[in-house]
Amino acid sequence: MTLTSPPAAGTAAPPPAAAPALPRWTGPAAFTAVLLLALVVVPAVAPPFQINLYARYLCYALAALGIALAWGKGGMLTLGQGVFFGIGGYAMAMHLKLTEAGPGGLPDFMVWSGVTEMPLLWAPFASPYVALPAVVLLPGLVAAVLGWSVFRQRVRGAYFAILNQALAAAFVILLIGQQGLTGGSNGLTDFPVLLGVDLNRPESQLGLYVAVVLAVAAVYLALRAFDRSRLGRLLVAVRDGEDRVRFLGYDPTVVKTLAYTLSAMVAGLAGALFVPVAGIISPALFGVVPSIELVIAVAIGGRYSLAGAVAGALLLNLARTSFSEQFADGWLYLQGALFIAVIVFAPRGIAGLAASGRELLSRLRTRRTAAPAAGAPAEGGTP
Amino acid sequence: MTGTAPAARPLLEVRGLRVVFDGFTAVDGLDLTVAEGELRFLIGPNGAGKTTLIDVVTGLTRPAAGQVLFDGTELVGRREHRIVRLGVGRTFQTSVVFERLSVVENVDLAAAFRLGLPRLLRVRRGVSGTVAEALERTGLTALADRPAGELSHGQRQWLEIAMLLAQRPRLLLLDEPVAGMSRDERERTGELLLEIARDHTVVVVEHDMAFLRSYARTVTVLHEGRVLTEGDVAQVQADPRVREVYLGRRGAGDEPAVPAGGEVG
Repeated sequence: MTLTSPPAAGTAAPPPAAAPALPRWTGPAAFTAVLLLALVVVPAVAPPFQINLYARYLCYALAALGIALAWGKGGMLTLGQGVFFGIGGYAMAMHLKLTEAGPGGLPDFMVWSGVTEMPLLWAPFASPYVALPAVVLLPGLVAAVLGWSVFRQRVRGAYFAILNQALAAAFVILLIGQQGLTGGSNGLTDFPVLLGVDLNRPESQLGLYVAVVLAVAAVYLALRAFDRSRLGRLLVAVRDGEDRVRFLGYDPTVVKTLAYTLSAMVAGLAGALFVPVAGIISPALFGVVPSIELVIAVAIGGRYSLAGAVAGALLLNLARTSFSEQFADGWLYLQGALFIAVIVFAPRGIAGLAASGRELLSRLRTRRTAAPAAGAPAEGGTP
Repeated sequence: MTGTAPAARPLLEVRGLRVVFDGFTAVDGLDLTVAEGELRFLIGPNGAGKTTLIDVVTGLTRPAAGQVLFDGTELVGRREHRIVRLGVGRTFQTSVVFERLSVVENVDLAAAFRLGLPRLLRVRRGVSGTVAEALERTGLTALADRPAGELSHGQRQWLEIAMLLAQRPRLLLLDEPVAGMSRDERERTGELLLEIARDHTVVVVEHDMAFLRSYARTVTVLHEGRVLTEGDVAQVQADPRVREVYLGRRGAGDEPAVPAGGEVG
């Protein structure tokens, strides 16, 4: 009956609890700089088609943020995050299709499939007041119900991951099977108007890009605040010793369900933003393989770090695009090799490597400044 | 020091407890009463059922039969965190602290379980009185901002005790608090124990006989899942049955004593 806190595989190198001493403004300054880069510099430099590509990548980065919360901070390996991305995406796409069809009209693909009456499932999504909240509330609800029942039974680790994976597979099969209701494997496409705005104009695409950047920034800040709160500390405690947490008077089921739900809502938002950006949503975009790729991106970026997760998703997508242009089939092998290399050599990912580098640097600095001027306030001496 | 007064109200009452693991009876008809304000030591050879008893009280193990009353409330069937919320706290043989969190964060989490969800969503600002006091009593104030993973074995045990104190429980169950400690650390833990016992009801499971002689008042000896005897340290030590089970001799008509049994400090 002894309790052991089982650190998941790959946690051999724990993230340092005490960050190396950097001035307090470093974080906010870096955040502002990146935000300005994304909002001002990129739109000025990049051609429109690339802006659209970046907006897509950022949608995946948004979903990656949710994974960093659930997996990195909470230890729940969410291998089926595509489900929530998909729910959010379809909620948005259904609304856009109904807008296109006009009041009382049926979406084009239903007409082709021989559907003559508006399905009950679709009707509420005609209203933006239903569809837009549903984009985050539906995935949240599904995750809350699933999480509560699963975590209560103390299902965790690989079993939880497999369950998630199976869910993603089942979801895709369900969508493909219901051709008349969901557009089958073609999915839903052709969305000319969002909230009265013509999506085909170049300015709209720029506007969408800005909206996605702002969404990523806002979610990043919100999750960061959550991580620093007592509840965030508690989530880390649950990850490292779920059984011990019970004896602190908390129910881990509540903490885990909450984090899982939050991460699902973020994925739903990502899916919803993806729809007008990409102009299509189909099962191939969020099924089993994309779900795993998201997790790989987070692992490469650094699952313990929110910023690392964003960086991982962006880098992996950029690399995929530029690499597949030259060697179409080589990408999968490279991605797999990258994943293995990270797991073996840098379990904390790029963010972990960056942190180690910073630590080394500050250690060198303090050694250099400590010797000549003992007692003086430690200031980063220029090398 | 009302601890040993027999008239004190029982805080913990265990009646007819039976615990079976896969056909093996670990606890067999155990009765135990601990009064409010008492400092009680539980001893017994390996397999006597000491830790199992604590596991049952704290909800980790379900008994096959019997009752566990805490201030008149039945604990059997309640979930672990509910029992903690009623005021029963425990430590573990192998200390389990949250290594990635700092010492003060560990203690703060232990203290914060009474806060509602909205208040848990806020960032901890400063150190609350309860947390500061728990750190002070366990001598960990200077280490407050260090990651708990950097603590020595002894310091981790103290951190567990600090977390326990921060919960403000009415009953503290300590499972081998001095196991693996140096002599110095044992002494400090003993002093800490006596100090805590001044305003708490404490039950300590311990193997270490020297520690027992120095710090125990009332001792309950468990053997093969039952209470063998109960009394003050001198009485218990003089009891021939206690020597028998500890030295692993065969008593007349008894089963062979527990095979691994020779732990006499």
